[in-house]
Amino acid sequence: MIIGVCLKQVPASDSRIKIDGSGAGVDASDLKMEINPYDEFALEEALKLKDAKVAKKVIVLTVGGSDSEQRIRDALARGADDAVRLDDAAFAGSDSLGIARILAAAAQKEGVGLILAGKQAIDDDNSQVPAMVAELLGWPQVTVVDKLELDGGSFKAWRQSGGGVRDVVTGSLPAVISADKGMNTPRYAKLRGIMMAKRKKIPVYDAAALGLDPASVGAAGAKVTQVNWSEPPARPPGRILSGEVPSMVKELVTLLRDEAKVL
Amino acid sequence: MSNGILVICEHDGGVFKKTAFELLAKAKSLGSGSVTALVLGADSGAELGGYGADKVVTVAGDFASHLTGAYVKAVQGAIESLSPAVVLAAASSEAKDGLPRLAARLGLGLGTEVTELRADGGAVVGRRPVYAGKAFVEVQVSSSPALFTVRPNSFGIPTSTGASAPVASLGLSVGGGDALTSVVDTEAPSSTVADLTEAERIVSGGRSVKSQDGFDSLIRPLAASIGATPGASRACVDAGFAPHSAQVGQTGKTVNPSLYVAMGISGAIQHLAGMRTSKIIVAVNTDAEAPIFQHATYGIVADMFEVGPLLKQELEAALS
Repeated sequence: MIIGVCLKQVPASDSRIKIDGSGAGVDASDLKMEINPYDEFALEEALKLKDAKVAKKVIVLTVGGSDSEQRIRDALARGADDAVRLDDAAFAGSDSLGIARILAAAAQKEGVGLILAGKQAIDDDNSQVPAMVAELLGWPQVTVVDKLELDGGSFKAWRQSGGGVRDVVTGSLPAVISADKGMNTPRYAKLRGIMMAKRKKIPVYDAAALGLDPASVGAAGAKVTQVNWSEPPARPPGRILSGEVPSMVKELVTLLRDEAKVL
Repeated sequence: MSNGILVICEHDGGVFKKTAFELLAKAKSLGSGSVTALVLGADSGAELGGYGADKVVTVAGDFASHLTGAYVKAVQGAIESLSPAVVLAAASSEAKDGLPRLAARLGLGLGTEVTELRADGGAVVGRRPVYAGKAFVEVQVSSSPALFTVRPNSFGIPTSTGASAPVASLGLSVGGGDALTSVVDTEAPSSTVADLTEAERIVSGGRSVKSQDGFDSLIRPLAASIGATPGASRACVDAGFAPHSAQVGQTGKTVNPSLYVAMGISGAIQHLAGMRTSKIIVAVNTDAEAPIFQHATYGIVADMFEVGPLLKQELEAALS
């Protein structure tokens, strides 16, 4: 079986996000990019399945420009066998469904039998693409999974389903699984992997290579547009209490009860 | 011609969740036509009329043991039968799992976890946090219907007017054949407190709890004293002192409580992103320069191991 891992680059989680002057988007000039943390769990799970000889190949699927190649090479260095970069001027302005159409077409082209993806990307926080890819391919999905077992053509997945309840879900492959934190601990690349990854060819597929109608993706196909970006409103300055600890604690509880009215 | 707003109203065994009331009242206030409540897996909901529902439609079926497939089929059926202009759902586990799939099936646009909604001409526009709240953006959806999930606690819970709404079955049949997967087991929650994302009060600990024992003996009892949900920073979780499910921040849960108590948390930017919309923030930290104090409503510069037990005592006294 070939496992496809959807991988996106995002600003590192310790980044300060600045909005560009016109409010049209984020000022990306100083941002350090990383593999989306949830995609790292998806990649690690795929690599573990390859280590266990359940999968014979792990292929990374990335929608992005040439600036995302470094993150793809990072994934190759950790042990992914191959990668394809999905890039076309017609992809610009895609909404989640557009991205899902591109990824689904790439998964089909590569003969993928299981897709692993992060439960969300920590930039747009949309949590939409994995379920959309599943629908486009007609495959079952389990989202927000923190434990996965495969047995022949079937899977068993554990997911947090709200209120602290954890559902154990079964279904048949092919399928799409989206990964939550806790699924595993991502490995680091070893020197040998890094050297090998440098020499790997990363093919680039455009809309034509994927058999996609350019009108179905990018700004042309988008039903969702994001406008008027802004920074969050600043909080009013707070109050630092002073005195001995017992008196500060008493004052705090009084403030919570009488001023903030949250008790 | 599409018209009105369809609100997916979630319930636990027929008892409606607070988000159902919150969304119905918001839908009504938008003045974008009639408000219809959709109830899956229960034949009830007349009381939803008190919160703004003009009518209630129901779909019978086993939604608990067939994740995704049954939900998507039922909402699809309701859309095809009622032609709403807008569909609203709470940003719950079910909706975040099912609505993207439905959007892909019908070619619709979906705005995720909006915290504001407003009518703009004939359309409804959402506003949502991105980068876990480090930025905000307006989301415009051009499809009909436009789909939105809404973060819980965004609008507040209205009081019922006492009105009742007519309840009718949509007559859809949703069965095992629609299943994509099966839920074969359900593991009960390890505690009875609210989920972090829905919690009204949260007490969180940082890595300086020093051990799992430190978390269990300081943070958990303090949280329990005010019925709060315990949370943790990424450093605390990565050190193994608290479970992954307790993590607040950009790679954990984004929370929106009335009261957030940060114990020994310095306030790394990725943690602040996940809790900055808390209404009242209390910070306890030995380092007066810690960034968390710039965001705190009230701050105490002291050792949390000294503050914690005293604070628990005083809170218990205040609440008794």
